[in-house]
Amino acid sequence: MTAVLCRHFGLQHIELAEDIASDTFLKASEHWPVHGIPKHPVAWLYTVAKNKLKDYYKHLSVFEQKVKPALLNSEQKAIPEQEWDHRYIEDSFLAMIFAVCNPVNTPESQICLALQILCGFSMEEIARAFLSKPETIKKRLQRARQYLRNDGFNIVALDRTAIQKRLNTVLKTLYLLYNEGYYSVTHDTQIRAELCSEAMRLTLLLTENRLTNTPAANALLALMCYQSSRLPARMNEHNETILFEEQDVRLWDQSLIQRGHYYLIQATEGAEVSKYHLEAGIAYWHTTTDASKWNRILQLYNQLVLLEYSPITVLNRLFAYSKVYGKKMAIEETERLESSENNYYYALLGYLYTDIDNEKAIYHYERAIQLSRSVVEKRTLQRQLVKLRDGNS
Amino acid sequence: MKEFALIFRLKDISDFKPSPEQMQERMNWLAGVAAQQKLVDKGNTLLPIPGSAKVVKPGGVVTDGPYTEIKEFVSGYVVVKAESIDEAVEIAKANPIFDQVGGNIEVREVLKRD
Repeated sequence: MTAVLCRHFGLQHIELAEDIASDTFLKASEHWPVHGIPKHPVAWLYTVAKNKLKDYYKHLSVFEQKVKPALLNSEQKAIPEQEWDHRYIEDSFLAMIFAVCNPVNTPESQICLALQILCGFSMEEIARAFLSKPETIKKRLQRARQYLRNDGFNIVALDRTAIQKRLNTVLKTLYLLYNEGYYSVTHDTQIRAELCSEAMRLTLLLTENRLTNTPAANALLALMCYQSSRLPARMNEHNETILFEEQDVRLWDQSLIQRGHYYLIQATEGAEVSKYHLEAGIAYWHTTTDASKWNRILQLYNQLVLLEYSPITVLNRLFAYSKVYGKKMAIEETERLESSENNYYYALLGYLYTDIDNEKAIYHYERAIQLSRSVVEKRTLQRQLVKLRDGNS
Repeated sequence: MKEFALIFRLKDISDFKPSPEQMQERMNWLAGVAAQQKLVDKGNTLLPIPGSAKVVKPGGVVTDGPYTEIKEFVSGYVVVKAESIDEAVEIAKANPIFDQVGGNIEVREVLKRD
């Protein structure tokens, strides 16, 4: 609803749109228990919102001289009836996604905004997801909203070129939103699952709209489906991450894997190979038991690292490399990297040295535990360490 | 950091088309350079085959391919960055081309045109 109202007001007045939306829901909460839920609840809500909007304009015309030009403008375009139909709501929501995913803000701020505006998370929930204080999140959101207003992105005009220009940023934000859930530092499993499913919902929306249904969007959705299929197998009852190799394959959600296949096939239309294609390909091979799978995965990581360098990609590539060429060669390859003070780097070396030089493996795992910020990950590494120490004594 | 072009030369035109395994080893090497954040340009393969290669000479003389006149031919290039030419040479040494088909890699510092 905020999205539809924003489309009317412009993003500069997002607080106003939010006020009207929450007033509307307040009225519903008073009205519905007494009079029963209306036959068409959505239409009812939008009618109320529309009336509130009209009231607002009346109010405005008396008091607010300074926004008069905007007001004149608004009065000229009477609120068309079709604004409230299903199609329009979807489009407005899409426009809102594009407005929120604005490169004037840092990726972290974009994710916070998306959670607040698109997913309706409270500040406390966002703070919990990021393991930070609500105060910090509040400040971040205020700043981000300020930047959005100043940027004056026009969400009414959703034309093809604007969409194409912004789509990469949108996909990236949704990708990060998903990862925030999948690899989150918090061990609040409920929040994590919600972040993942919200990211999927928004990506699904992109694939349902003609203008945003691109191969890259489908590839991203395929990636999310594959990753999510393993969510139930990834945690044990003590909230510890179960490493991929130790997962119970029977717990993988086959229907999500099938959805993944579907979107991956959709993604192959056209010649574009985005990083989401490569990552979805990697996730696809992970779901198989094919003998050549690690070889395929390594090749995809090779392409990925050439397309876009990231420290995590480099380390994941080395893991796949060790699966194909053995741990010894992978150690050589790893030690050629500029050593980075990074928990994943040490965790990888811990893994690679296991059974080759357990003393060194222990040393590296200890470093990784020191550097890790995630409770879940610390515990998982601790388990490896205990195994190694037991084996040594 | 300086930039260096690695120029690949092969001896035999029949070696030009790598097998899938050879291709993969080359990709492993290239990705390894990228992983060290030393890849500037992943470069390109230069096709030596008839119809894709000509040499233009003074007087409007055009011949087919480079391979009719010299024993070695350039098969491609990449650009890496390194502190010194020695470091660039070390990167080149790890390339699988030597084990696979022979040939050589010429390492040349890039002087940028402004």
